[in-house]
Amino acid sequence: MTTDIQSDLSNPAFVAELRSQMLKYAIQRLPDEHLAEDAVQEALAGALKNAGSFGRRSALKTWVFSILKNKIFDIHRQRKYVPERSPDREESEVEDIQDTLFDARGSWQTDEQPANWSSPMAAVQNEDFWRVFETCLQGLPGNQSHLFMKREFLECKGDEICKSEGISLSNLHTQLYRARLHLRECLENRWFLKGERR
Amino acid sequence: MMNCRQVTRLLSDSQEYELSLKYRIITRIHVMLCSGCRNFGKQLNLLREITRTYAKGKNESPDKSDK
Repeated sequence: MTTDIQSDLSNPAFVAELRSQMLKYAIQRLPDEHLAEDAVQEALAGALKNAGSFGRRSALKTWVFSILKNKIFDIHRQRKYVPERSPDREESEVEDIQDTLFDARGSWQTDEQPANWSSPMAAVQNEDFWRVFETCLQGLPGNQSHLFMKREFLECKGDEICKSEGISLSNLHTQLYRARLHLRECLENRWFLKGERR
Repeated sequence: MMNCRQVTRLLSDSQEYELSLKYRIITRIHVMLCSGCRNFGKQLNLLREITRTYAKGKNESPDKSDK
């Protein structure tokens, strides 16, 4: 499987297509094209170091885009272009979501209680499930999807992630906790509960 | 008694490091009594398994397995 991705990456057409999708994404989010090209270049180079971990094309792509998103965020932060789109705002959005899951006493809200997922591993056989999974993953706020992917896709150790991302271990654990809360809720609502009705 | 919000955090942390005996006991008892947290705990393991399956792409287009 890994060799398929490796051959994809040595295929100029595949890389060119990926690069142009990334560029399109970056140009929409950065003030000029040169910055966008630099970000794409760096993200691509950074991402390809881990490319061997992926057997699934869309997983590789999700990973590459999460790195690009981080690069773009860094550029904005360095240039202070968008102080308003700071992590503060995203943090508070996350808080709101957590507050919708639990009541004031910290118990599950009645309609937010995790349900029992029936035959969960059968889902992985279904391509529709993976589309839902990607949507949920990409919908995670802020840096959560990137951290979650580093931890769970690449199976990086916590301290490695902290070093490369420049965050503390307790911050990482908080972000992973939030990512898991979101992701399981999203999968339950969009797949597992729907499955019961099918 | 710890609430669900605290216990779910501990369950998530237990994917990162081994909890102390005290917290292992607290979560175990809570999970026995609370089906929401019990399901949450099971789903954390599934989430990990599902995510790894996704990255490795075991089930990507069947034509690849023919090669």
